[in-house]
Amino acid sequence: MFMQEDIEKIKRRRREWEKRCEINTTGEVKTPSDIKVEIIYDPSDIAHLDYLKDIGYPGEFPFTRGIYPTMYRGRLWTMRQFSGFGTAEDTNARWKMLLKEGQTGLSTAFDFPTLMGLDSDDPLADGEVGKVGVAVDTLKDFEILFDGIPLDKVSTSFTINPPAAIILAMYTAIGDMQGVPRDQLRGTIQNDMLKEFHAQNTLVLPPEPSVKITVDIFEWGIENVPKFNLISISGYHIREAGSTAVQELAFTIADGMAYVEAAIERGIDVDKLAPQLSFFFNSHNNFFEEIAKFRAARRMWAKIMRDEFGAKNPRSWWLKFHTQTAGCTLTAQQPLNNIVRTTIQALAAVLGGTQSLHTNSFDEAWALPSEEAVRVALRTQQIIAYESGIPDTIDPLAGSYYVEWLTDKIEKLAWRYIDEIKKMGEGSMLRGVLKGIETGFFVREISNAAAKYQREVEEGKRIIVGVNKFTIEEKLKIPILKVDPEVQKRQIERLKRVKAERDDLAVKDALDWLRNSAENDENVMPAILECVKCYATIGEMMGVLKEVYGTYKKPAII
Amino acid sequence: MKKIRVLVAKIGLDGHDRGAKVVARFLRDAGFEVIYTGLHRTPQEVAMAAIEEDVDVVGISLHSGAHMTLVPKVIKYIKEYGGNPDEMVIVVGGIIPEDDFEELMKMGVDGIFIPGTPIEEIIDFIKKKVAEKKKKTVA
Repeated sequence: MFMQEDIEKIKRRRREWEKRCEINTTGEVKTPSDIKVEIIYDPSDIAHLDYLKDIGYPGEFPFTRGIYPTMYRGRLWTMRQFSGFGTAEDTNARWKMLLKEGQTGLSTAFDFPTLMGLDSDDPLADGEVGKVGVAVDTLKDFEILFDGIPLDKVSTSFTINPPAAIILAMYTAIGDMQGVPRDQLRGTIQNDMLKEFHAQNTLVLPPEPSVKITVDIFEWGIENVPKFNLISISGYHIREAGSTAVQELAFTIADGMAYVEAAIERGIDVDKLAPQLSFFFNSHNNFFEEIAKFRAARRMWAKIMRDEFGAKNPRSWWLKFHTQTAGCTLTAQQPLNNIVRTTIQALAAVLGGTQSLHTNSFDEAWALPSEEAVRVALRTQQIIAYESGIPDTIDPLAGSYYVEWLTDKIEKLAWRYIDEIKKMGEGSMLRGVLKGIETGFFVREISNAAAKYQREVEEGKRIIVGVNKFTIEEKLKIPILKVDPEVQKRQIERLKRVKAERDDLAVKDALDWLRNSAENDENVMPAILECVKCYATIGEMMGVLKEVYGTYKKPAII
Repeated sequence: MKKIRVLVAKIGLDGHDRGAKVVARFLRDAGFEVIYTGLHRTPQEVAMAAIEEDVDVVGISLHSGAHMTLVPKVIKYIKEYGGNPDEMVIVVGGIIPEDDFEELMKMGVDGIFIPGTPIEEIIDFIKKKVAEKKKKTVA
């Protein structure tokens, strides 16, 4: 990016400066991804980069500075707080409060039985109904959840994976009931099973049929809900499970490549699918490493889509992403400190050019967030957006010697992992990722990183304020949200009522259709939509899929 | 001296196993005999494993908010299957609101560890408690 003779001069001056100031005596510093950080960066560190080729302008290849030409000057990121608890009524009320407070998109947290595709009256659901999110058994719950919320006015995100097809069908059915044309439905379904095997562990079906259903959703979604993100390829959970930033980036991009490869194998046109892909990253503590990660992610995906998969439409080269601040960095000790952590992480996400953001609440190391804590979290984003001046100009850290060097470094390290995974699949990313699941490659990589991090904390090499330094004796004074223990009973009663009132013959026919679709390797979405409209339960539908495809039990590796 | 045997259990439907696995690894490195159940275990399975493996310590990890339902069930089933939960050290870790501490202790839980607890503290606690319980059993 600089003239060669200038670089030589700069290098000479740097050596003189280092010598004069005895710079080499200050010890070694590394990022959490084990990248050695120099005490200072200057133009000589990024002399190998070409501004137009490697950095460029927002909205243009390789999108290092952002996917949209105007970024936040055109439109701020979507403030999307993940929320849900109790019954559909409880969550509907919380959502209406958030929309009134200025939130611009909805994001649904489901309870564990729903996430795992179990009904609320399943013995395994005991104690978990409505606890960490809203309980959903049938379309009836969705009718209540979206009561008074017009689907043509909001976009809704659903964090759900094994039953993703069912939830997308339910949302479509609500849209049909409200008279909203399907091509107006906007939102995101997480639908990323591969990362469940690496990290998040919401596991029901084995890996291959899981990917098959994902591709079914792609195929159906492109035709039916063209404005809906049909997947959110997620690094968030990989990071929460303990990976480094580089691993988060590499494994997420690898998963993304695996899905695109599977779709192309099905005969889907990559340019038709690409606009409906989205990503989801974590924003952790190391400020610059996170910013560099987001920038590197965009650059890598643009190259992959254009050069590897041959996507022709520039729109297909975009990596659009949602960010959530890192839940695993929240401390139970001195909980108000978490507001500061979250603010720094949110800043990194904004400076990294995120399309939407969830900021965690300060009380989440203790319980689900209280209303006050959620409000502070949302206000954090609003203060960044409206008071700080940070969104005024696009990618303001571009050109920083350190940030550009680190962006490049992270990209290089991530490519190394991607090449390794591709080798495991003998040239196929899809097979490579499946192989890595089978051999425990991803789980081992992540567990080792988690153990290393914890060891550094234990040894005091990594400081966590209020935990291993600056600790105090304290009595907890924050109000904690308690989910009404009656929720489970009420939810089971509703499920019973729905089952008593529905047309059992229609349900049986629809479930038979679903079974036939799965057995004959047809797309399961049309049958699932029919099942949903007849008020079949999530447990019944997943039950059929389990019978056909079998279930998956993860090996217990420490 | 016989090594202290610890069962690390993930119970219920939540898949957050980072804490359980990191603790399991550190306990193993500290010289304990560690058995990890893997994910999504029922209280019955955990109770059965505790008895069959003849463990001194049962460590239960939950991030799902279901602790008030599932933890007492583990203790109940240990009794039902012929074990003596009072002779075992029962510890719980994860997202546990402070308001629930007292009731969990009443149910027979010996220690509760929230996020951010130094693992050294867990190791010391286990050693101390196991020694105490052994003494009581002998007496």
